[in-house]
Amino acid sequence: MNSFVLRNGQVIDPLNNINDVLDIEVVDGKISRIEKSIVSNYKTIDASGNLVTPGFVEIHAHFREPGFTHKEDLRTGSIAALQGGYTTVCVMPNTNPVIDSPYLVEYIKLRSKDIDLINIEVIAAVTKSLGGNELADLVALKQSGSIAYSDDGMPIMNPKMMRNALEYIKPLGLPIILHEEDHNLSLPGAMNEGSVSTKLGLSGTPGLAEEVMIARDILLSEKTDSPIHIAHVSTKKSVELIRQAKKDGVLITCEVTPHHLLLTDEALLDRPYDTNLKMSPPLRTREDVLECVKGINDGTIDAIATDHAPHTIKEKDQEFSNAPNGIIGLETAFSVLYSGLVKNELLSLHTLVSKLTCEPAKVFNLNKGSLSIGQAADITIINLHKEYELKYHHLGSKSSNSPWLNQKLKAKVERVFVNGITKYLEENYE
Amino acid sequence: MKSSTIKNHLLDTEHLTLEQLNLIFERTKNFKDKETAQIYSGKKAVFLFYEASTRTKGSFQVACDNLGIKILDLSPQNSSFVKGESLLDTANNLEAIGADIFIMRHNQSGIAKFLSEKVNVPVINGGDGMHAHPTQALLDAYTLVEHFGSIEGKKIAIIGDIKHSRVARSNIYSLKLLGAKVTLVGPPTFIPDGIENFDVDVEHDLENVLDNDVIMALRIQKERQTGGFIPSFADYTKSYGINKTHLKKLGENTVIMHPGPINRGVELTDEVADSTKSLILKQVQNGVYTRMAVISLLLEGEL
Repeated sequence: MNSFVLRNGQVIDPLNNINDVLDIEVVDGKISRIEKSIVSNYKTIDASGNLVTPGFVEIHAHFREPGFTHKEDLRTGSIAALQGGYTTVCVMPNTNPVIDSPYLVEYIKLRSKDIDLINIEVIAAVTKSLGGNELADLVALKQSGSIAYSDDGMPIMNPKMMRNALEYIKPLGLPIILHEEDHNLSLPGAMNEGSVSTKLGLSGTPGLAEEVMIARDILLSEKTDSPIHIAHVSTKKSVELIRQAKKDGVLITCEVTPHHLLLTDEALLDRPYDTNLKMSPPLRTREDVLECVKGINDGTIDAIATDHAPHTIKEKDQEFSNAPNGIIGLETAFSVLYSGLVKNELLSLHTLVSKLTCEPAKVFNLNKGSLSIGQAADITIINLHKEYELKYHHLGSKSSNSPWLNQKLKAKVERVFVNGITKYLEENYE
Repeated sequence: MKSSTIKNHLLDTEHLTLEQLNLIFERTKNFKDKETAQIYSGKKAVFLFYEASTRTKGSFQVACDNLGIKILDLSPQNSSFVKGESLLDTANNLEAIGADIFIMRHNQSGIAKFLSEKVNVPVINGGDGMHAHPTQALLDAYTLVEHFGSIEGKKIAIIGDIKHSRVARSNIYSLKLLGAKVTLVGPPTFIPDGIENFDVDVEHDLENVLDNDVIMALRIQKERQTGGFIPSFADYTKSYGINKTHLKKLGENTVIMHPGPINRGVELTDEVADSTKSLILKQVQNGVYTRMAVISLLLEGEL
């Protein structure tokens, strides 16, 4: 059943340095050959004219289950992922209850198996209830299958707790993912501090709030020789700090979101108080965006991650300061990055695919994100020329809090295979 | 929803044109000269003051009274924070029962705009968070134009907590539109990030602006002390309080303004506030006529 030959696609597989028009033979859900003009008895699926890549790997998403399933659940999150070409998603633990004990990790894994759409990996909490006071059972969480730890959204403000966590996990080999924000500097900030926040009369979150925490955690990681991964870097200085830390041999990786690569706080001048432009960290300045793009190109930034953060229309439809932080991103990531960066020659298509596939996989040692022979056939097919308008009712997510809603986008995911089985076919969703 | 209603609002001064400013001033002057009354009987204004306000609210009340407009005051008894969601419920209900204009104040920046997008009648922003206080800026500008004739080229110093001040923000736009040169004065903790993009000067030494044509002092809020922006009122006053000594150094034609309520002895000493140079009582008086002008123009769809 799940054996076929995908023919004549423009195959980009950065891990194996492939960028050519090729056929891919899939046998029993695994990749068996990638060659020109494969002779095979299996049925043909035509991919000519389309881009073929490994299924994308998302290392930072909020699927809101359990506890906030009015915003999203593991099933709708998976559909959103498929629409954006993702076949593997790592979900964050800031649910209710918080994913801070093994049975919850197992629950998510079992639910995912049941839903049977994409590969879902679990990020477990560092501290109990994300409280920052007591370490969660980190060994048990690893044994139950977690791939990393994070108190995402709730920075560990106590440096001693952070140090202890880093020392304790050192033998475990899993990194801690850090949402870097010194709340003493950032609160009650609602957007980037600068001329736009001043104009709108909104409290500002300075880049400094992120940078001092990154600086602190670089020092702690260096001291403990334990790995950290910086989530959603957003400022020039953050990228510079990480670039230097990598040079110094610190065990540090990082990610950036599509919106921090494409939008600035000036978007709020055109759309004042639009809560679909509110997230943490906030949209920064042109200078910050350019440095993030540079960081992607020079390897300082390892991965692009969407920080997919669904909130309902009602939750977002209120005054800016009180609206929740976050936007959805899985459905649109490739489209907006392709249009905004690749088409404008700020990023090569090869690098973009790499930052969405093998590189994020490598950050958490996931055996995903490539078309290597013998790998599970997680494959994404994209029509680079297709234009579409992002409509509310097209979104797989339960929520629609996207800054790109109702805008015309380019490059549409046509079809997605997981383990060689078609899990998404674009025409079914039109 | 009454879709035929003309939908115009006064949310800030940033988006006002010079023509609109002059229209408001002209109408203000007419009301001031003629004391016209009872011309909008049958109209209903809904007051939504979610933040403590004696002066602005009182001024709007008198303005409505003078225009014969009925007031439906739905300001909560305690001015504690009310979320947008319930505001929306209230507003929709009120619109359904026939409100003709909303006048609101709230501690959240942008909430007047938020309300204006949800209702089909005019909204007047009576102050939203740190964002805007357009009627205050209009009455200030009117008072200055009335006093000087024109403020083109006049030097105006705004002194105090610019960072948290909606009055300062709204004044910057309207005063600059009228051709004035604005200097912001205060300790660096009171000067907001990115102010360089507003085409204003920043000054930390009060002595350097005493020769300006206008000295506008802003009220300092108690919570700035606990927030760590200033050590104490007393310490702030040492650098930025205007007292008898300063009064002697002011330019011959310099005037003093303050949006009120004054912390006497902090921003201004009694001698300064009550001096012949002070326009503060004129500001209060003109506030009523300016608000009458804005309300009437909005109800007529002229603004």
